[in-house]
Amino acid sequence: MGGRRGTRAGAVVTACVWTLAVAVGAAVLPAARPAGPVARTPAAAPAAAVRAPATCVAPEASLRPSTADGPAVRRIKERGRLIAGVDQNSYRWGYRDPATGELSGFDIDLVHAIAKAVLGDPGKVVFLAIPTNQRIPALEKGKVDIIARTMTINCDRARQVAFSTAYFEAGQQVLAPKASPVTAFDDSLEGKKVCTAKGSTGESELKNESHGASVLTVPNQLDCLVRLQLGQVDAVITDSALAAGQAAQDPSVRLVGKPFTTESYGVAMNLKDEDLVRRVNAVLEDYRRGGEASPWMLAYRKWLAADLQGITAPPEPRYRD
Amino acid sequence: MSPAQPDPGTRRTAWREGLERIADAATTEPGRLRVIGAVLAALLVAFGAVTAWQVTDRSAAADAVIDRSEPLSADAADIYRSLADADTAAAAGFLAGRDEPRTVRQRYEKDIGVASELLVKAAADTGGSSSAREQIARLNQQLPVYTGLVESARAAGRQGLPLGGAYLRYASDRMREDLLPAARALYEAETGRLRSDYADAKSWPWTALATGVVALGALGWAQRRTFLRTNRVFNHGLLAGTAAGAVVLLWLTVGHAVARADLTDSYENGAKSLQVLSEARIASLQARGDESLTLVARGAVLTPAGDDAYEASYRTGMRKLIGGDVTASGEPAPDSLLGRARSLADGSEGRDPVLAAIHDVKQWQQRHGEARTADVGGYYGQALAKVIGEKGSARGSTGESFDQVDTALRRALAHEEDDFRRAAGDGRGAFTGLAAGAAVLAVLGAAGAVLGIGRRLSEYR
Repeated sequence: MGGRRGTRAGAVVTACVWTLAVAVGAAVLPAARPAGPVARTPAAAPAAAVRAPATCVAPEASLRPSTADGPAVRRIKERGRLIAGVDQNSYRWGYRDPATGELSGFDIDLVHAIAKAVLGDPGKVVFLAIPTNQRIPALEKGKVDIIARTMTINCDRARQVAFSTAYFEAGQQVLAPKASPVTAFDDSLEGKKVCTAKGSTGESELKNESHGASVLTVPNQLDCLVRLQLGQVDAVITDSALAAGQAAQDPSVRLVGKPFTTESYGVAMNLKDEDLVRRVNAVLEDYRRGGEASPWMLAYRKWLAADLQGITAPPEPRYRD
Repeated sequence: MSPAQPDPGTRRTAWREGLERIADAATTEPGRLRVIGAVLAALLVAFGAVTAWQVTDRSAAADAVIDRSEPLSADAADIYRSLADADTAAAAGFLAGRDEPRTVRQRYEKDIGVASELLVKAAADTGGSSSAREQIARLNQQLPVYTGLVESARAAGRQGLPLGGAYLRYASDRMREDLLPAARALYEAETGRLRSDYADAKSWPWTALATGVVALGALGWAQRRTFLRTNRVFNHGLLAGTAAGAVVLLWLTVGHAVARADLTDSYENGAKSLQVLSEARIASLQARGDESLTLVARGAVLTPAGDDAYEASYRTGMRKLIGGDVTASGEPAPDSLLGRARSLADGSEGRDPVLAAIHDVKQWQQRHGEARTADVGGYYGQALAKVIGEKGSARGSTGESFDQVDTALRRALAHEEDDFRRAAGDGRGAFTGLAAGAAVLAVLGAAGAVLGIGRRLSEYR
C-alpha cells in the first residue's frame, strides 16, 4: 500500500539536490531555505523545506556497510529468525499469491537475501503484514527487525527510523489504458477522471495541479485499477513501482509519461539498531554488485522489467560517515 | 330547469303529509307501538350489519397478516439473508482460492438464485407500496452488477492476481452500500405493512359495540314500557330480540377479545422473535463476511483510527449480535440481538436453539481471537486455516462455529415461525362465523321484536 506513503516528494528532491551539491565538493549548504535548483518542483518544495530539520541534509545517506555483529544482529541470531514487516497487497513487490498463499515480490526477495546473509538461511524469516500507517510504530515497538515495504526515504521518517541505502528509485506516474488519449501528467488529463489512493503523494500532487482532471480517491491504490477496468475513471496516478504492479495485472493498461516526482525506497530499521543498518547495507552492496548479473538486476528482471522498463542499474548508494 | 324535475311545491306537500301522518300516529298507542317496533327492528338490523361489516374487516386483516403481509415480510427477510449469505460465501470461496470447496460455490449460487426468485415473487405480490417497488427495482438492477464483480474477483484470484482481492472488496462494498440497504428497506416496508395489518385486525369494533348497546338499551326500554302499561312481565317477541342482541354482543366482545389476545400473542411471541432472530442471523452473516474479508484485504483498508477496517466491522457486528467479546463474561448483553432473542423465546423448544447459538458464538469469538493472534503474529497460513479450516475439513475453525450458529438460528426461526402461524391462526379462527352469525341473529332478533310489538298491536284490533 505504498500509495499512502504520504511522502513529501519535494523533500526527497531537495535532499537529492543537496546530496549532489555535497558530492561535487561544493561547500556544505547551510540548512536554511534551499536556493534556486528547487524551483523545479515549485509546488511541493517550500512546505518540505520548512519541515526538513537542520540536520537532514540527505536522508538517503546511510551508514557505511559492515558485517560486524552488534546487539541487534545478535538478537536476531539468538532468535534464529528475522522478523520482517512487509506488504501483502503490492503485486511484484510484496504480495501473497491468493492461489498458493505464498508471499513473493521484489521486497520479499530482498528480505530473503538479508535473512541468508545474517542467518545463513533465506527461509528463516517471519513475515508480518504491516499496514502503511503501522510501519514506524512497529519498528519503534520492536515488533519487527526490518520493514521492507516500498517505503520512501524522507526527512520526516529519517528522524524516527533508520534507513538503509536506497534500493530502488521510483516516482509518481500516470497509468492509463493503451488506447487512452492521456499521455502524461499534463493537460491531456483535461476533463478526465483520475483515481488515486487517499492520503497518497498522488493526491497531494493533484491538489496542487489537477490539469483539469476530476479526482476520485479510494482506500488503496489497487482499488484504482478496479475503477479503471470498470470504466469509472480514465487514468490512475500512483508511484511507478506500484503502477508497474498494476500494469502487470492488466495487459491493456500501461505507464505513460515520465515520473514527475522522485522517491527512493529504503529498508527501515529501528534508530538504535545501527549494527543492523550497517549489516543490511553490506547485503545491499552485494545485492547491487555484478552488473547485469547482480542479484538486484535479476530481481528487477524477474519482477519489474516487463512493466517498468528502462532501468539499467540499481541506484548508487550514499553514505554519511 | 329541466322539465323532468317534479314541481317542488307538490313534493313539499307530500313530505309534510307523511310527517303529519306519523305525528297523528304517534298520538295514538297503536301508532306509537308501530314506531317503536320499526325503530327496534332497525336498530337490531343495523347492529347485525355493522357487526358483520366490522368483523369482516378485522377478519380480512387477520387473513392479510397470515396470508400476505407475514409471508411477504418473511420473503423480504429471506432476500436480505440470501444476499448477506451470498456475500459471505463469496468471501469464503475466494479465501479458499483454488481449493474452493464445491459446497461453498453451491451455497453462493443457491443464495443468488433464491434472492432472484424471491425478488420476482415480491415484485408480483407487493401491492401498490411505492417504496417497496423502488427497492425491488434497485435490487434487480444491482444484483447482476454484484455477481459480475464477484466473477471478476474469482477470475483474477485464480490467476493469482491481488486484483482479485480488490474486486472482491469492491463487490462487497456494493453489497453493503447498495444491495443490503435496499433489501433492508424492503424488509422494513413489508414489516411496516405487517404491523398495520396487525393493528387493523386488533382494533376494537367500537361502532358495532355501541350500536349493540343502544339496541339492547332500546329493547330494555320498550319492555319496561310494556310492563308499565300492561303489567305483563314478559313479551316473548321482545325477549327473543333481546336475547339475540345480547348473544351477538357477547359473541362479538368475547370473540374479538380472544382474537386480539391470540394475535397479540402471535406478534409478541412470533413476529417479534422472528424479526430479532432474522436480524441476529444477518448480523452473524456479516460478522462472518468481515472475518473473511479481513484475510482477503490483509490490512489494505484501514479505519481513520488506523485499525483494520474489516476487523473493526467484525467487532461492531459482534457487539450488535451478542454485545462484544463475551468469551470472558459468557453472557450476552441484554440489549444485544441474542440477548433479546433469549428473553423473547419461551418454552424449551424456543430457548434451546437460542442458547445453542449463544454458546456457538462464544466458541466462534474464541477461535476468532486465535486466528487474529496468528494473523497479527505473521502466521497468515495458520490464521487462514483457523478461519476456513484445512484439508477440506472445517473442524476447529471459525467457519465451523459460524455454521453452527447459523444452524441454531435457523432452528429457532423455524420454531418461532410455527408459533406465529399457530397463534395467528387461532386468532383468525376466533372470528369464524361471527359475521354471518351476527347477521342471522340480528335478523332473527329484529323479527322477534316486530312479532312482540305485533302481539301488543293485535290487542287494539
